[in-house]
Amino acid sequence: MCLGIPGQIVEITSAEQKLAIIDVGGVKRQVNIACIVDTDHPVESCVGDWVLVHVGFAMSRVDPTEAAETLSLLEELAEVHQAMAASGLN
Amino acid sequence: MKYVSEYRDPQKVDGVLQEIRQLGEALTAKKERPIKLMEICGGHTHAIFKYGLEDLLPPTIEMIHGPGCPVCIMPKGRLDDAIAIAENPNVIFTTFGDAMRVPGSKHSLLQAKAKGADIRMVYSPLDALQIAKVNCDRPVVFFAIGFETTAPSTALTVLQAAAEGIENFSLFCNHVLVVPALEALLSNPDLQLDGFIGPGHVSMVIGTEPYRVIAERYRKPLVVSGFEPLDLLQSIWMVLQQLVEQRCEVENQYARFVQSEGNPVGLDAMRQVFQVREAFEWRGLGDIPQSGLKMRPEYAQFDAEVKFTLPHRQVADHKACACGEILKGVKKPWECKVFGTGCTPEHPIGACMVSSEGACAAYYKYGRLSLESPAKKQPLRQELEMST
Repeated sequence: MCLGIPGQIVEITSAEQKLAIIDVGGVKRQVNIACIVDTDHPVESCVGDWVLVHVGFAMSRVDPTEAAETLSLLEELAEVHQAMAASGLN
Repeated sequence: MKYVSEYRDPQKVDGVLQEIRQLGEALTAKKERPIKLMEICGGHTHAIFKYGLEDLLPPTIEMIHGPGCPVCIMPKGRLDDAIAIAENPNVIFTTFGDAMRVPGSKHSLLQAKAKGADIRMVYSPLDALQIAKVNCDRPVVFFAIGFETTAPSTALTVLQAAAEGIENFSLFCNHVLVVPALEALLSNPDLQLDGFIGPGHVSMVIGTEPYRVIAERYRKPLVVSGFEPLDLLQSIWMVLQQLVEQRCEVENQYARFVQSEGNPVGLDAMRQVFQVREAFEWRGLGDIPQSGLKMRPEYAQFDAEVKFTLPHRQVADHKACACGEILKGVKKPWECKVFGTGCTPEHPIGACMVSSEGACAAYYKYGRLSLESPAKKQPLRQELEMST
């Protein structure tokens, strides 16, 4: 029910109705993008955006900086524990 | 797949698990019970079992599965109302697939469909609107269920129906709100709980601010989490860090999709179309004040509760079914008398066995039929002694 699927907007099908085609791992589907557009981010600028799709609506645009930060923190943790294991501290 | 596979890296999982083990041991050194964390969202429950996270977690950490599966908390009376609408001649009743097999007092939507009702599964409320456009001589009703995650989608669909003047479309509105349910849970004296894993996709809509009451009034840490294995493990680690540092805050692990203010367009659509009900009945939890949404009077022409005559009966759950205690986290599924025997995914008695997000369905599907996993069987102290 609360499943969200990340996909990439590949085409705007109706700027007026705020409809776009997203690509999810090769599968393409039309979704409504009303929730992710505003004056700073108009419909036309959405092509190429990664979004989270939920029941036919794009609900959020991914923040690539935050995504990278989460991964680099987790990477750091993994490296620390690998180093500790190698030196017999874990 | 981008933004998915990176969050399933086994090496990174190992690093977070080591951190969780260390914090878990520190926190339970003077405790006779493990640290109990509740994941609220059914999507999280499903992910925890799908990826075997419960078996990876040390015995110092116990996950309690909360009431965040919209199908599981649907009371029988509301389902009977939905079926009554669907059985009206000429009506086309549309629903997400999750709700098809939920047992009402007599039968389910699937059984009603087998008996001849025109009930159709849709992926999106927009699909229901399209069906209304194609069948303009028949009333088309959409069964609107879900937390704040799905509410903007149904609100935007109603706004579109109003803009296009589609008069044969209506909603049977059963949207529920997550924070009032948490407050109801926290007022239960039986509940032993140390912190929450917050629902990622609900938060994408409402933001992180509404949870502040959980941290400040009820003194429970809450971390909004994503749905991949690393998201969940990192969120568990973040809650444990708060407990070690004796902090009670709302933190956001899912910042790549969740902004603190939520989704303004979605929230605005919800405010335009819906208003908060005085109370709404939740299966297993009873009536919870201000925990549901209904259509505003100005959208009455799209409100199935206005358009159709409904039974509006409150129906008690099956006596043998422990869904209520399971939704409160007081019982484990395998402590229910009918779990895995009288109640299975093929023939569910309780709603927690219907949806893949329900705790009972997850326990059944992933083989937790009678006991906790081997890792959890041993008493906490003994396990800790063995690991040192």
